[in-house]
Amino acid sequence: MKNHVWRPLFVVIGVVIAILLFRSVYVPSDFGSQELGYTFGYHRLSNEQEWKDFPAEYKDTEYCNECHDDKVEELRGAQHAMIPCENCHGPALSHPDDPEKLAINTSRELCIRCHAKLITPSSGREDIPGIDPVEHNKGEECSECHNPHNPSLEDM
Amino acid sequence: MKRRDFLRSTAVFVAGASVSISALDFIDPKELLAANPELRWGFLVDTYKCVGCGFCVKACKLENDIPYDANVTRTWVERYVIKKDGNVVMDCPKGARDGFTSKLIDQNASGMLAVPDDEIAQAFFVPKLCNHCTVPACVQVCPVGATYQTADGVVLVDRTWCIGCGYCIMGCPYGVRFFHPVEHVADKCTFCYHRISNGGNTACAQACPFGARKIGNLKDPNDPVAQMILNQRVGILRDEYGTKPNVYYIGLNKEVR
Repeated sequence: MKNHVWRPLFVVIGVVIAILLFRSVYVPSDFGSQELGYTFGYHRLSNEQEWKDFPAEYKDTEYCNECHDDKVEELRGAQHAMIPCENCHGPALSHPDDPEKLAINTSRELCIRCHAKLITPSSGREDIPGIDPVEHNKGEECSECHNPHNPSLEDM
Repeated sequence: MKRRDFLRSTAVFVAGASVSISALDFIDPKELLAANPELRWGFLVDTYKCVGCGFCVKACKLENDIPYDANVTRTWVERYVIKKDGNVVMDCPKGARDGFTSKLIDQNASGMLAVPDDEIAQAFFVPKLCNHCTVPACVQVCPVGATYQTADGVVLVDRTWCIGCGYCIMGCPYGVRFFHPVEHVADKCTFCYHRISNGGNTACAQACPFGARKIGNLKDPNDPVAQMILNQRVGILRDEYGTKPNVYYIGLNKEVR
């Protein structure tokens, strides 16, 4: 074959070799078709572990119970016992190290998530006592009258 | 070519072509095993129990470092109001991050819609999240292998590998994927893989005071979630797409999209 064919061919072969070399360095060794095969399982295997190592911020009521067992026990029968501690007291993160104290959310906005009166037949919302957040004791925090753990005024 | 040779080679060719490529495929025992593992995560939503408080959305955003005020979320709650005249209105303000606190229905550009109390026939809340489909359309369209399905059925995104092309965001029939404004990659619900893999519950299911959200192992016949899916009347979203979703709903209406 003539020179004008060979020279570009060498360039092409060189480029292909360069790409393959780059690929072998760049692509992690655990990348490829994993358990589920090519269509759905083509990925870097170590990424599964990376997701498993993602730090958890909410620690669950059982974590609160490790130190505050007196409080948790006392509130097991409370009217709001079904609400996890962290919904109002905030995610535990690394408490008690960081943060040392959790900031409690006592805002009206938190309470009216459930207790704003809506018309919702066919939903559990109907069974929750509701108020009109615009009319009901405007501007005051709910906890000024209601105990957040046992909010019914008759039982106080 | 003689007629005899022609017929013979035609017969050989037809016989050869009729053997499908998959029959010649080497069967990997690992692949067969993964198709039948002991663990397959599934999710159950009870729309009767959901009251639209939005604690699940808040917990998800904080747990998974999703920018709190950005208009993106891995899970959200929709409100459906079915009027007595048959019209359906629906809203989802801020993904229900702050719950549903007003009777006004948020109609975006058309403003807030007031539906008179006596016109409401039904109103209910439907939590949405990634369906972790058995046949995930989003995974099939990824050009680089950045999104995948684990052997226990969770669809994840490799943040170091995603190039942010957005095909998967388009490909998902449920609209659960979004572009993460900080990480600059496609993002989605992971079923809180870091929590469930370490024996915990998902952040949304844990935050729900009413037990409207539950995660369980669909391969375990004694699992409470698997039992409820087997024994109760449950529905799935957008069956017609053939993605075989693994989030089941109790009390699903035809109005829910």
